[in-house]
Amino acid sequence: MKKTKPLKNWVKQLQQVQKSQDSKAFAELFDYFAPRVKSFLIRSGASNSMAEDCAQEVMATVWLKAHLFDPSRASVSTWIFTIARNKNIDALRKQRRPEPEDLTWGPESEPEAADILTLQQETEQLRLAMSALPDAQQALLQKAYFGDLSHREIAIETGLPLGTIKSRLRLALDKLRQTMR
Amino acid sequence: MNDIKHHLNDELLLGYSAGALPEAFNLIVATHLEMCDKCRAAAQAFDSVGGVLLDETAKVSMSKDALPKTLALISKVPKRKDSEQKTEIPNPLAAYVGSSLDNIKWRPIGMGVRQAVLKTSKSATARLLYIPAGSVVPDHGHRGTELTLVLKGAFSDETAKFTVGDIEMADQSIEHTPTAEIGEDCICLTATDAPLRFNSWFPRLAQRFLRI
Repeated sequence: MKKTKPLKNWVKQLQQVQKSQDSKAFAELFDYFAPRVKSFLIRSGASNSMAEDCAQEVMATVWLKAHLFDPSRASVSTWIFTIARNKNIDALRKQRRPEPEDLTWGPESEPEAADILTLQQETEQLRLAMSALPDAQQALLQKAYFGDLSHREIAIETGLPLGTIKSRLRLALDKLRQTMR
Repeated sequence: MNDIKHHLNDELLLGYSAGALPEAFNLIVATHLEMCDKCRAAAQAFDSVGGVLLDETAKVSMSKDALPKTLALISKVPKRKDSEQKTEIPNPLAAYVGSSLDNIKWRPIGMGVRQAVLKTSKSATARLLYIPAGSVVPDHGHRGTELTLVLKGAFSDETAKFTVGDIEMADQSIEHTPTAEIGEDCICLTATDAPLRFNSWFPRLAQRFLRI
């Protein structure tokens, strides 16, 4: 986590898949995300061939559920992470994954560009804050999220600045709820 | 659902987001998230941490024909409409018990209280509790963690009053006797775990996050 240059946020590509089933945009998303999803699944305990198959299924889900992506409430990486995590629980741990109902803007409305920008910026801020954490704490977070926690390695100092992004997400959710009424 | 006073803590939100909780806990967390936007936003903040980690993870090459195979997968899936079934109970729970609480097969556990154990993975247990108005759940301590989410009615115990959408988190230090409010029967979803998994590493990890 040493890079500090802003990452490409992929919102445009996913929206092209969302709005016009653009297979070129999808191929770009695939090139970037499939190898990372595969890596995540291997670190979580999948064999290489299982991770390959599951990563393909995750990317197929990205296409099929693109209409549910809301860039005012998640970055593309966050959204794909949740799909990969759920696939991991489902395929590797053989458990169902209960999730709250997806909330969408529906056909008539969409999130405001300013809200999309703010959320993407705040995710970038979170990334910078995480990259500023000492290595041991970064390793701890990876263990928590990539499912290879061992009991005693966990009690290390860490601190994540999540307050701002929590408030931002709450505001975005309120706006969405207002449109849904 | 505007009056939720008792929320999920960061430990559970992180565990849910990281996919580290047993299924029964995931179920109760997801059910609460559907009722509580405050916690839903917080859970998505923890998801963002996962998103950043995904960006930073080292790549593992896909096979050469991975993209065409994925496109083939996509074309095989029939176009389906999102079903808009309105249920009287939150969606995550409806997936386990059906769309209504009327068809639950309750079994008595004493003093008028009834339960129905839901089918989840074995590492923790999810059950519905039916507490008739004014009745008391038999006194119990906990070996592990017990979460209780109110779906209908309300109950009180030594610590507080819990109404619809509220979640109580009790660990082994708490001995409590939940009592349903007079006037309405109370239905709760609960999740309990084996003590080992939850009490060892998770709280210690989560404590660090509580200082955010």
